[in-house]
Amino acid sequence: MAEKSPKELYDERLKRVLDAAAGRVPDRVPIVGPFQKYPYTFGGITLQEAMNDYGKAREACHKFLDYFQPDADFGPIFAYPAKVMDTLQYNAFKWPGHGVGEDSMYQYIDGEYMKAEEYDDFINDPSDFMLRTWASRQFGALKGFNSMVPWRRFMWSGWMNFGFFASPEMRQTLELAMKAGEQLNEWWGSQAQYWGEIQAKGYPLAFAGWDWAPFDILGDTLRGTHNILADMRRRPGKLHDALEVATRIFIEYGSGSAGAPLPFTWTWIHKSTREFMSDSQFNEFYWPYLRRGLLALIEKGVTPVIYWEADFESRLQYIGDIPKGKVIYHLSNTDPAKAKAVLGNTVCLAGSVPNIVLLSGTVDDVKASCKNLIDTVGKDGGFIMDSAVMLDEAKPENLKAMFDFTKEYGVYR
Amino acid sequence: MKESLIKAIADMEEEEAIKIARQMLDSGVDPWLVLEYSKEAMEVVGARYEKKEYFLPELIIAGDLLKEIGVMLKPMLKARATTSKAKGKVLIGTVAGDIHDIGKDVVSFMLDVNNFEVLDIGIDVPAETFVQKIKEFQPDVVGLSGFLTQAFDQMKVTVEAIKAAGLRDKVKIMIGGAIMDTKVSTYVGADAFGADASAAVKLVKAWLA
Repeated sequence: MAEKSPKELYDERLKRVLDAAAGRVPDRVPIVGPFQKYPYTFGGITLQEAMNDYGKAREACHKFLDYFQPDADFGPIFAYPAKVMDTLQYNAFKWPGHGVGEDSMYQYIDGEYMKAEEYDDFINDPSDFMLRTWASRQFGALKGFNSMVPWRRFMWSGWMNFGFFASPEMRQTLELAMKAGEQLNEWWGSQAQYWGEIQAKGYPLAFAGWDWAPFDILGDTLRGTHNILADMRRRPGKLHDALEVATRIFIEYGSGSAGAPLPFTWTWIHKSTREFMSDSQFNEFYWPYLRRGLLALIEKGVTPVIYWEADFESRLQYIGDIPKGKVIYHLSNTDPAKAKAVLGNTVCLAGSVPNIVLLSGTVDDVKASCKNLIDTVGKDGGFIMDSAVMLDEAKPENLKAMFDFTKEYGVYR
Repeated sequence: MKESLIKAIADMEEEEAIKIARQMLDSGVDPWLVLEYSKEAMEVVGARYEKKEYFLPELIIAGDLLKEIGVMLKPMLKARATTSKAKGKVLIGTVAGDIHDIGKDVVSFMLDVNNFEVLDIGIDVPAETFVQKIKEFQPDVVGLSGFLTQAFDQMKVTVEAIKAAGLRDKVKIMIGGAIMDTKVSTYVGADAFGADASAAVKLVKAWLA
């Protein structure tokens, strides 16, 4: 049999993933990711190197791709550009060489970046609040923006407010922002180069956009976990008003994926696990806004991939209320068999190979875990193989077993 | 007034609770009693959490309320030798490389509510700090918290350091965090894992019974 061309392989992989995503039966169970830090470990570099040397990051990702051959790839997108974060003085983050060790995962610093009394500022004009108040709390370099006049006041003689552009703080902010912009373009250039290279090798890109649930948009970057959870009881009215705004932002964020070969908007779920809120709180503050946002994205031709990280068993009965074949639910600790029983006819499921098995188990343990998933969740299609949570650590032979076994046993006959 | 204070706190009526506490103090109630009632209310909150009537938002609000009442009482509380009612000591922290604290804080709160003496040594705690603090505090139980998968190996390193210091047989070790399970517990050399704060309380109670 003649070897398949990269174009044929690309089309085959794309179809496989799209079939699974739509709940159809593909030729076999696809394997997609996200592969977060592991490709750099496999490629022999630290995360710090990957975040600073884009060439090395690409090289490591190619090595990973060539060896494991997933059905779609993330490439070096998770190696955030350290130089840009440095220039912007990103103080809501710790990253290798900047608060954590050279090969530790970067982490977000949870905090109150919007005060309770600022809800109305956000609700009335979110962009203005983000620009003039929030930006400098997250990025030390953007202090100059604090002295701006709201841009909605620039009509007619409003231009006479432009004096703030001449202040020393603003000059410094603009200079740093321009520098960060140049550095960021270099990083995106590296990403785009990689995307071209993998397409030429026959691999589709696994993502076209990122998003965060409306509740998490408010909870992660604005109010912080402590406050957003308390706000459900302390100021539910304001929270609902802000969630309306955040839902519009969610839709705007996620829409960009429309038209991509894999129109996947990966939506990272943070604050709605069974520990964080009751079912009734979930059904009042979290799910209705997320669901409305998802319906809008689906309408635009986007396939949202919801990364339900943690245990969502008690929520299964609610989150199945979504159009059939239009979303992917990625699971970590939720019992996959139960999820299949409740959601299997509606959504494509992904994930669930325990990361601890990939790190500390044997090859046989990995195969057993994959076999169980293929037999139960993979039955009749609508399943994508992946680790339970984002892949940072694994024994290479275990990960290889996950790929090879799935490619062999996961064939639909 | 005792009942109404406990009820207000337990039912998350924040303003009402503060108002009642203030009225009690104004009418000459011993501030120590106000503190004791507040703690009783925390036990009600803890029990509702264990019954899954309350979740993290309610624990957060209860914690904030207790803090606020504490601030109000502090100037009035004369030093008094507290008779320790603690049923045992638990040292808890998030392992090095990981800065997540929510799970750890909830476990600390629930253990405290259940009358265990808790020393929370924070986040991103190196193995050697765990060892040093175990020597100083002499806990019965050590809780290792972690959210990231890299915490698997860091917990293992921490347990090994505790073993190397000759302290392993003096403490029970439990782990917790979103992705922890019995496989992880075995891998890192801990005694058990707890899926949530209620499970952590059960473990400690069983060990110290």
